[in-house]
Amino acid sequence: MSTLTAPLVAMPNTLWHALLRNKMAWVGIGMMLLIILVALFAPLLAPYDPLQQNIAYRLEPPSAEFWLGTDSYGRDVLSRLIYGTRVSLLVGFVAVMIAMVIGSILGIVAGYLGGFVDRFIMGLVDVLLSFPTLLLGLMVAAMLGASLENLIIAIAITEIAPFVRVARAPTIALKQRDFVEAGRSLGYSPIRLMGGHILPNMISEVLVLGALWMATAIRTEASLSFIGLGAPPPTPTWGSMIREGFENILDAWWLTVCPSIAILITVLALSLLGDALRDAIDPKTRSERS
Amino acid sequence: MMQFALKRFLLAIPTLLAMLTAVFVLVRLVPGDPAAVMLGDQASAEALAAIRKQLGLDQPMYIQYMHFLGDMLSGDFGVSMATGRTVMQEVALVLPWTLQLTFAAILIGLAFGLPMGVWAALRRNSWPDYLCRVLSLTGLSFPAFVSAILMLLVFSIQLRWFPVIGSAVDGNWLTQLHALALPAFNLGLIMTAYVMRVTRSSMLGVMGEDYIRTAKAKGVPAARLVLKHGLRNALIPIVTVVGLYFGTLIGNSVLTEIVFNRPGLGKLILAALNTRDYSLLQGLMVVFAGCVILVNILTDIVYGLVDPRVKVK
Repeated sequence: MSTLTAPLVAMPNTLWHALLRNKMAWVGIGMMLLIILVALFAPLLAPYDPLQQNIAYRLEPPSAEFWLGTDSYGRDVLSRLIYGTRVSLLVGFVAVMIAMVIGSILGIVAGYLGGFVDRFIMGLVDVLLSFPTLLLGLMVAAMLGASLENLIIAIAITEIAPFVRVARAPTIALKQRDFVEAGRSLGYSPIRLMGGHILPNMISEVLVLGALWMATAIRTEASLSFIGLGAPPPTPTWGSMIREGFENILDAWWLTVCPSIAILITVLALSLLGDALRDAIDPKTRSERS
Repeated sequence: MMQFALKRFLLAIPTLLAMLTAVFVLVRLVPGDPAAVMLGDQASAEALAAIRKQLGLDQPMYIQYMHFLGDMLSGDFGVSMATGRTVMQEVALVLPWTLQLTFAAILIGLAFGLPMGVWAALRRNSWPDYLCRVLSLTGLSFPAFVSAILMLLVFSIQLRWFPVIGSAVDGNWLTQLHALALPAFNLGLIMTAYVMRVTRSSMLGVMGEDYIRTAKAKGVPAARLVLKHGLRNALIPIVTVVGLYFGTLIGNSVLTEIVFNRPGLGKLILAALNTRDYSLLQGLMVVFAGCVILVNILTDIVYGLVDPRVKVK
């Protein structure tokens, strides 16, 4: 029943207020908004077609005509960078969403049912955690073949474990609370109790973890693309731009430096936002920092 | 204590078996015929049949699984399709390079991270604290290959202080150290950011404890208070977190080795990927995951040694 959960669902509101008191959060939010706008309006912002090759303008250094220079196929680096924003955000967002949904469901089910199911799911988590993240992503991407979809699947798999853990712990505490007990005695199905009563009370913790892990997802995407397991060419992605630019590192620094800075800014923005969100939901660190 | 260690090892057996099963399933996910993938499009039917037989792919899945488990558990991690050497030989050839790099990184991380973390915690909410926090956030935001490339550009290509290739096969120890410096600092600075962050929050927790106040009231000198009463207790979570960081450290060293063109496990994995050497990849995966599981056990045991309150449930 909504009346049972209503007072607790108000939590994101207080979270929002705590967040806005934090100066670091404002910086993170501002940077992220800017990056999202760049991704949305890429066709309007990009001065050239990111895929248009022009051998006459190979490896041009930054100039008034090409602000960030051109690559070894004569493609405009700035335009590729702007379109690359779309790929990075898309991969990061979708991968984290998949990990978040699967991880939270597994975590809630494990915490709520306990017993054998709990041991089985947590055993799976232990296995996922025993692979070094990058190597697991690398292995899955290599086995499935290089494509954007497979890259997203590979990154999602590496990030399921933390969401299972963060969803499981509060579920164990919440399932003994009176409002869940009340629902149970009214004969609600376990699915309704887990989805309608337990989930809304921990959704903020899951979302905070989502922001933090999106930064990691974007880093993993860039790393896998750099190794050569990313979206296949000629799709512009930051990681693959660095990979291509690395071959010309001795005479064309802009090819590696520009996408590097783009990755840094995005990851930093998400980390700032994620840190601020974590402080906002955890009163202990909040009082410690402010 | 022996009992604690033994229990911890026994608890890892199901994880180990499940990890092996996961690798087995993952390798069978390869779309199409693995034999055809390995030999390429031009392979003859006889060659395909031969390699299927050699890999045991002509047998039912459960027999393949039993063989796989038996081989892995007896320490036979398979043979590289490309070189014909066993996975263990391949690993042994490059392992010293990777160990050199990761140990140097851990040393750098502890040497800078611990004092900076303590400093930040003692000067909470003043400029040293803010400086350390901004530095650690920046350090943790860098993907390892990005920082490596930027360092390579600045220190090797522009300033020419260090060689472009981060390894010296011959030459005396000074040349070797010179070549190691840049890759080690790349990994080490990320490690520093991590250690600093954990040390700061751990010290903040410990310095607020009652026994610190008591010691202060008794007139314990400041240095002794911070080091013996504070840091020594703060070290417990630091040990755990550094242990948990091991998996990330391996991933970062792979990327660093690729950028600095250093021999090591990273280059080995890259070569296995490029030659589609799936048996080598499978073996490497098992070796790495086995290492992570082992480090996790050791971390738990060290934790138990430092903190007698910890007991296996």
